[in-house]
Amino acid sequence: METHSISLTVNGQPYSGEVEPRLLLSDYLRHDLGLTGTHVGCEHGVCGACTVLLDGQPVRSCLMLAVQAEGHEVATVEGLASSTEDLHPLQEAFWEAHGLQCGFCTPGFLMTLIPFLADNPQPTELEIREAISGNLCRCTGYQNIVEAARLAAEKMQE
Amino acid sequence: MEQMTEHGDAAKLLAGGQSLIPAMNFRVLTPSVLIDLNRIDRLEYIKSADDGTLLIGAMTRQRDLEKSQAVEHATPLLHEAMPHIAHPQIRTRGTLGGSLAHADPAAELPVIVIALGARIRATGPDGDRWIEAKDFFEGMFSTALRSDEVLVEVAFPPSAPGSGWRFEETSRRRGDYAMMGVAVHVEIDADGVCREARLIYLNAGDGPVEAEQAAAILRGEAPGDEVFASAAAEAADKEIDPMGNVHATIDFQRHLARVLTVRALEKAFARAQAQLT
Repeated sequence: METHSISLTVNGQPYSGEVEPRLLLSDYLRHDLGLTGTHVGCEHGVCGACTVLLDGQPVRSCLMLAVQAEGHEVATVEGLASSTEDLHPLQEAFWEAHGLQCGFCTPGFLMTLIPFLADNPQPTELEIREAISGNLCRCTGYQNIVEAARLAAEKMQE
Repeated sequence: MEQMTEHGDAAKLLAGGQSLIPAMNFRVLTPSVLIDLNRIDRLEYIKSADDGTLLIGAMTRQRDLEKSQAVEHATPLLHEAMPHIAHPQIRTRGTLGGSLAHADPAAELPVIVIALGARIRATGPDGDRWIEAKDFFEGMFSTALRSDEVLVEVAFPPSAPGSGWRFEETSRRRGDYAMMGVAVHVEIDADGVCREARLIYLNAGDGPVEAEQAAAILRGEAPGDEVFASAAAEAADKEIDPMGNVHATIDFQRHLARVLTVRALEKAFARAQAQLT
């Protein structure tokens, strides 16, 4: 099988390797780099679980090929906390507001909310609901996730 | 272009990938060659020509259109429709040209370019040609583009004085494909009489559907509830041809078209009048 060389940074770390042209970015992150925090739910761009940042913008990593990330900066959920003792304020807010149950959708919600809160540090509830409209949660329900986003906005103001 | 000539029909152009990659993930499409347009920076721009025409490169991201002040100023109808297109994480990748070339009958951008009287520039082995937006869409996922052509630019003409606009759609959840939607562009003269009207519907047939009879009812009339109701009935009952689906029956789609048309006309004419005063 023909492969392409790619070099990119993920969470600030440089990576390079050989990938098949058809490999999705989500599969590259999970299988080649072992960064399994990015979850694959629907694999056709509906559920939002695989959301990562590409040059700071939220994108569905299942709707991009790994070769297209060549030369770009990718950020995944693994890059948020510096250690298990020192969570990102957004992660703390999800914990405190009970913004997750099974946690499958959580990485996608977090990576969607990071750029949203950077753009809009004091969002209204409606704005939060619109921002997360592309992420599905099948157990917590959205009430606590919205609350967690609101709490995170407060924490990040401090 | 050389790549397209070399690979012919085996190749697919990859724009934002927000429709093509899902189709590949489902194995509905299995192109043997993908030609990635994402590194062609010169296809990504929003610029105003001297005559007020807004020129937008095919690979301009939908998120950039949404945030562009030039778009908001020159083509407020396009600006108004942007948040209705899928979700933020889709719009960061999805492009103007990709959505037009894909020609999904339920998509927002095709109805917008027709409503605004835009022109679409395609480039191929024989050079460039301009295609009127209303002649561009030929049916379900089918356009006037030849297999050796690439959509490179969209030109939006400056809006005439006394123009009004409105985009309305109804979807079951934010970001879902709409069950019905309409883009309305109207122009009134100094006496407030309708001079021009265009009503274009999405998810109402095998492509964007222009309600020409409804527009004819409006032209030459002073805007008002009665004429709005009769234009809406003409469009909803006779001109559109919705197919119905699991989310909405055909009758319900026609009902939505009627309600959305009246709402859109009220808003569009109010805006046109505000522009004149």
